[in-house]
Amino acid sequence: MSGPSDYQPSNPALQWIERRLPILGLMHSSFVVYPTPRNLNYWWTFGAILSFMLGMQILTGVILAMHYTPHADLAFKSVELIVRDVNFGWLLRNMHACGASMFFFAVYVHMLRGLYYGSYKEPREVLWILGVIIYLLMMATGFMGYVLPWGQMSFWGATVITNLFSAIPYVGESIVTLLWGGYSVGNPTLNRFFSLHYLLPFLIAGVVVLHVWALHVAGQNNPDGVEPKTEKDTVPFTPHATIKDMFGVSCFLLLYAWFIFYMPNYLGDADNYIPANPGVTPPHIVPEWYYLPFYAILRSIPNKLAGVIGMFSAIIILCFLPWLDAAKTRSSKYRPLAKQFFWIFVAVCILLGYLGAQPPEGIYVIAGRVLTVCYFAYFLIVLPLLSRIETPRPVPNSISEAILSKGGKAVASVMVAIVAAGALFLGSMQDARASEGSDQPPGNKWSFSGPFGKFDRGALQRGLKVYKEVCASCHGLSFIAFRNLGDPGGPGYSVAQVAAFASDYKVKDGPNDAGDMFERPGRAADYFPSPFPNEQAARAANGGAAPPDLSLITKARSYKRGFPWFIFDFFTQYQEQGPDYVAAVLQGFEEKVPEGVTIPEGSYYNKYFPGHAIKMPKPLSDGQVTYDDGSPTTVAQYAKDVTTFLMWTAEPHMEARKRLGFQVFVFLIIFAGLMYFTKKKVWADSH
Amino acid sequence: MNPDASTIAAGAPIEVDLSPVAEGQDIKVFWRGKPIYISHRTKKQIDEARAVNVASLPDPQTDEARVKAGHEQWLVVIGICTHLGCIPIAHEGNYDGFFCPCHGSQYDSSGRIRQGPAPANLPVPPYQFVSDTKIQIG
Ligand code: FES
Repeated sequence: MSGPSDYQPSNPALQWIERRLPILGLMHSSFVVYPTPRNLNYWWTFGAILSFMLGMQILTGVILAMHYTPHADLAFKSVELIVRDVNFGWLLRNMHACGASMFFFAVYVHMLRGLYYGSYKEPREVLWILGVIIYLLMMATGFMGYVLPWGQMSFWGATVITNLFSAIPYVGESIVTLLWGGYSVGNPTLNRFFSLHYLLPFLIAGVVVLHVWALHVAGQNNPDGVEPKTEKDTVPFTPHATIKDMFGVSCFLLLYAWFIFYMPNYLGDADNYIPANPGVTPPHIVPEWYYLPFYAILRSIPNKLAGVIGMFSAIIILCFLPWLDAAKTRSSKYRPLAKQFFWIFVAVCILLGYLGAQPPEGIYVIAGRVLTVCYFAYFLIVLPLLSRIETPRPVPNSISEAILSKGGKAVASVMVAIVAAGALFLGSMQDARASEGSDQPPGNKWSFSGPFGKFDRGALQRGLKVYKEVCASCHGLSFIAFRNLGDPGGPGYSVAQVAAFASDYKVKDGPNDAGDMFERPGRAADYFPSPFPNEQAARAANGGAAPPDLSLITKARSYKRGFPWFIFDFFTQYQEQGPDYVAAVLQGFEEKVPEGVTIPEGSYYNKYFPGHAIKMPKPLSDGQVTYDDGSPTTVAQYAKDVTTFLMWTAEPHMEARKRLGFQVFVFLIIFAGLMYFTKKKVWADSH
Repeated sequence: MNPDASTIAAGAPIEVDLSPVAEGQDIKVFWRGKPIYISHRTKKQIDEARAVNVASLPDPQTDEARVKAGHEQWLVVIGICTHLGCIPIAHEGNYDGFFCPCHGSQYDSSGRIRQGPAPANLPVPPYQFVSDTKIQIG
């Protein structure tokens, strides 16, 4: 992409093509001989990481779309069936869902890198603006993708975000109707979001081509912000940059795999495992983490229109950055003041993100307002002012000169990172629950926790018995088929046992030749029948509160971990909030209602249920279910067993996930090591 | 991309029987995919709604203008927060009306915005009384 190439392939067939379409020459000049500055650091590998992630998302997305059904009644179920029944469907889904988060994480690093090193300055303004366009398209794509599983957060996220447009005077309402294709978010909305979610990534890919083109015209910026002057300042793209990028990507993959295999739900919201319900708003609506800073800005402005304008301008302002910051020196390395303000700005963004996830009350609102002002002040006051008053340090004459005078700065920053990670890790080791005595569910030792966790077969079988004899009279288990009981990683029944178990059930089938419905014994392929014909019946029979389906209950329930626990959880892989909560509720019934708490007629006091008034009467009592294997028949044991069983129903492939995760980690670590040493060799005489 | 014919047809008016709704209670029905709150207001709620100084409200409207004359006890509003579209919870908040859990908007017993980020009152859908105990929405 940098001028006509003199590349000549040696193979005659390729020469024939090259004379008619010089595509190989284009590739050669753009990605092989293309000169890259010698002094690029690892922050520059995020460009390659992002291209990789885009490819990954498109690839997994296309396969997922083959199995997904974009219909309001079927979407939630089809996603669950992908995870349960499609070969490696759980892997595809985790890769795609975590991939979105990783994509945004990488794009934020990439943008902050550009901000720090002044990569938006003359002559790279168009390059930067194209990047902002990509970012906007990514946000739209990510938002629509989050709607597709059609859980509670999907639905209400879609409602809140589409309603942003209703703030536009005069035409707002019609725009919203146009977006919905109806009078509220519904099936037409889901359909069009699916269509657009499939389309936009290809638009992104198109803009990425322009972005790379613009990059190759202007040349890459570099940490010292001086343009390459002589041959000595650059190295050819291949092998130098290629191998460095490969090493960067493989390190990034380690992080990505950590989420895919060990923490797939860490970045998600438990509420999204509850099917969308247009009649109930979840108590606390939060968007995905990567929108949180903007959501915080929206909420801190107490006027609807102004809030929406504030939120959008927080992004659009980035387009004007090249003109807001007029300083001649590019890199903040040589701008002592700009450097400090940059880090303050990063802190402001992170804090805004934290506030976006908090309820909009009291101190959070005030802090949100202050930080919103700081955010805009950085662009509108600090940057323009700094370019006038700051005296930058002298910039080296050339890149080679900069390399020669390089000190031990990199070592220092690596040290800081290691110390910070170590501190976090130490903190997480002492998993003492600070909030003893409150309504936090107590932690349990689960056989399935941790990177090598496995289900305890005995507990699964006992839990199934408890479910069948106690829970099943009110709660369905609609995503589980009898055949699943014989699946590897499950309760471990044989085919014959499964058939016998299934035949105990009466299943409605039909219509037969005479057009009648009839009942027959269950088969392995049938699903657990629901105790009530529909939700209304379930509601009517249970005093107005429908007993929830239990297939996903351990993933659909959670409790707030709060700061700093959620950071430790990342390292300890603690993700058993759901099971801890379920087990706690089962044991949390108390006869005596504590003083100051009033329980309405027809409800029961439960220590751990939010609000304490639960409609379900105490379900378990000692000795209620007999065990053949001599395990104690106590409520505590029942609760533990049935929770283990329900964890399996929520995540039947968990054992396969963790097993494959270990193999992938071994591979990635070796691969990254090889890449590192190859890179060292290639760069040996360039440093 | 506007609503198609079947969506529009499904949005036709509906009739709701009010006789089972006791005083102080409310029901939620769906019309055009939107929840509609129908509250049977108590005397206290009506008095509160009428006692406020209309000019001091963010979106000034009298209670009389929001209900049908002769049926003051019935408040019919679209239960969609005018901020960003969540469903407010009835009988909560400081004004004996509705409270939106999403960003904390509070509406009074006439469905008027009193506090929080929402800019407007809960809209009153088009409806009329076909008899004393039955209304038609739409
Ligand atoms: S949607 Fe009700 S306060 Fe924001």
